[in-house]
Amino acid sequence: MNKIKYILQKEFLQIFRNKSMLPLIFVLPIIQLLIMANAATYEIKHINIVVLDVDHSIFANQLVLKFEQSPYFDVIGYADDNEQALDALYADRCDIVVHIPQYFEKNLRHGKMVKIYCAVNAINSSKAAVVYNYAQSIITQFSRQIDIESNRETSTIKAPDIRFANWFNPHLDYKTFMVPGILVLLVTLVGMVLSGLNLVREKEIGTMEQINVTPIGKGAFIIGKMLPFWIIGMVELALGMGVSLLVFNIPVEGSMLLLFAFAAVYLVAVLGIGLLVSTFSSTQQQAMFLSWFFIVVFILMSGLFTPIESMPLWAQKLTLINPIAYFVKVMRMVMLKGSTFYNISGYFLAMAAFAVGFNFLAILNYRKTST
Amino acid sequence: MIKAENISKSFGLVKALHSVSLTVKENELFGLIGPDGAGKSTLFRILATLLIPDQGKASVIGYDTIKNYRQIRMLLGYMPGRFSLYPDLTVEENLAFYASVFGTSVRQHYQLIEPVYKQLEPFRNRRAAQLSGGMKQKLALSCALIHRPKILLLDEPTTGVDAVSRKEFWELLSGIRQAGITILVSTPYMDEANLCDRIALFQDGQILSIDTPANIVADYELHLCAVKAPDKYLLLKTLRSWPNTYSAYPFGDAVHLSTTYKINNNELKQYLTHHALPGSQIMSINAGIEDRFLELLHQKTLTHA
Repeated sequence: MNKIKYILQKEFLQIFRNKSMLPLIFVLPIIQLLIMANAATYEIKHINIVVLDVDHSIFANQLVLKFEQSPYFDVIGYADDNEQALDALYADRCDIVVHIPQYFEKNLRHGKMVKIYCAVNAINSSKAAVVYNYAQSIITQFSRQIDIESNRETSTIKAPDIRFANWFNPHLDYKTFMVPGILVLLVTLVGMVLSGLNLVREKEIGTMEQINVTPIGKGAFIIGKMLPFWIIGMVELALGMGVSLLVFNIPVEGSMLLLFAFAAVYLVAVLGIGLLVSTFSSTQQQAMFLSWFFIVVFILMSGLFTPIESMPLWAQKLTLINPIAYFVKVMRMVMLKGSTFYNISGYFLAMAAFAVGFNFLAILNYRKTST
Repeated sequence: MIKAENISKSFGLVKALHSVSLTVKENELFGLIGPDGAGKSTLFRILATLLIPDQGKASVIGYDTIKNYRQIRMLLGYMPGRFSLYPDLTVEENLAFYASVFGTSVRQHYQLIEPVYKQLEPFRNRRAAQLSGGMKQKLALSCALIHRPKILLLDEPTTGVDAVSRKEFWELLSGIRQAGITILVSTPYMDEANLCDRIALFQDGQILSIDTPANIVADYELHLCAVKAPDKYLLLKTLRSWPNTYSAYPFGDAVHLSTTYKINNNELKQYLTHHALPGSQIMSINAGIEDRFLELLHQKTLTHA
């Protein structure tokens, strides 16, 4: 036990002495949190629209006005012909072209079917879907208004009035959704990258060999090397949580204690990955690349940015062994939904299994590589 | 105190040690002398319980290096060839850390490290990374001694250290030996061999000879003379083609010429003059460790060929 204490002392001495390490650990993540939470949003505003109005009627003007009044659309110009409209689309000046055909008003007044042609820039498919939906809802609104004005019933049966309520995030605030996930990211970076680098450094500068001839056991050495990053990870989570509450007003519906308890287990699992990476590397450069590889794959497939449910089946199966996915999910469940221990007990168990599993693998490999 | 029996170790296709055996007695200052790549560090790492030999057995203070490595680690001070202390910790912090790791304190064995540490004291708040080469070695030595080991393994402690620091370092070693610590030290410098009680000449993973430096030199059976001439390269070439030559090696500003019988200096002088080397100096000399080492190497290559 005493031996671990001495290594801990030494580790903290080294970490706090390293002038570039401290800001790296505590300041950068906060900046990341502030930047990413404000920037990483799916909300789409300021959709640039070019109108190709061939009809030049009152109805057509009314429709364009509707687009102009919408907070989502900015009418940036009117095209004279089809070619000009498509030009704007090709040149990336606009996101959507709305084509109002000839006899638009005339046909409407005669109760005939009218077609409006919308061309959407679908390079970013999810954005295109949103743009399309917004445009459709505006056009639907317009047509309903016409119906009311002309006292026409669209159908003899009154359609049910459907209203939606958004649970757990009533205003569909993307920050509320993103911030818990970004907190996970920060904790992961400390746990996985820094810990692995720190251990490989001892190999690189040769102190590992010197330590190996002392009576310090490998177990005590590893614990002494890993524990500081567990502590730093927890402190960082607390710090990040503080910023989220103060700056972003993220609600915390569930138990904070439960959240930190889960984080405690999660960090052990992630440190295990860091340790595993370090057993495969003999230089910090190698360790950096290896852990970067894991982190990028884990994060992109964690459901942090894109929903897991829309991934192909094999990718969904892969997230089962992705600890980051579990933590992102639990974080959101507890913070936004107020899930209890009972609700997340399955994830807790899985995370405990990861913690044991990764560390077991790491120690197994550690033994093999250093006789 | 140290016993190695028929130790072999390979790294892939490279055979680092061929059936090496040696014994180091209690309180001896034993030197492993050999060029870089001879396998000295591998032997050290096996004795320090860091490597497992492919074949053979080694014991330190009666403990087997594989089975009883824990006991050995308590009693051993090891200084690797490469400086391997924490560069971002100060002199004092490094020392305190290694003391605590061994469950002791700097004060407890201060007497032992005092002669070494005294020279470091003015820099005790300096980070290890900012020390000079000689100071680094002294710090490493202090750290290896801090738990008062019974045996000290020093792997090339004076490589890359200036001549004055080297001399100081060896003086420190003899002081440590007087405190009752057995020392096994390796070095590529032949001149340091004379400072050891006994030495092993090491080459290509094999021991050529083990004895006291005096006996090793006494084993030299050839006749040796130093030859000097302005054109050293031509001199070496000429001497090697002389029919009476056994071997000729460059040695500082001279060439050491060995022959199996006593030569006539005038005869050689004539031969050299004849080969465009007039006015060369010839002096009969006593052999040193290096001459013996080169003779052993020469014999080895002859038997191989």
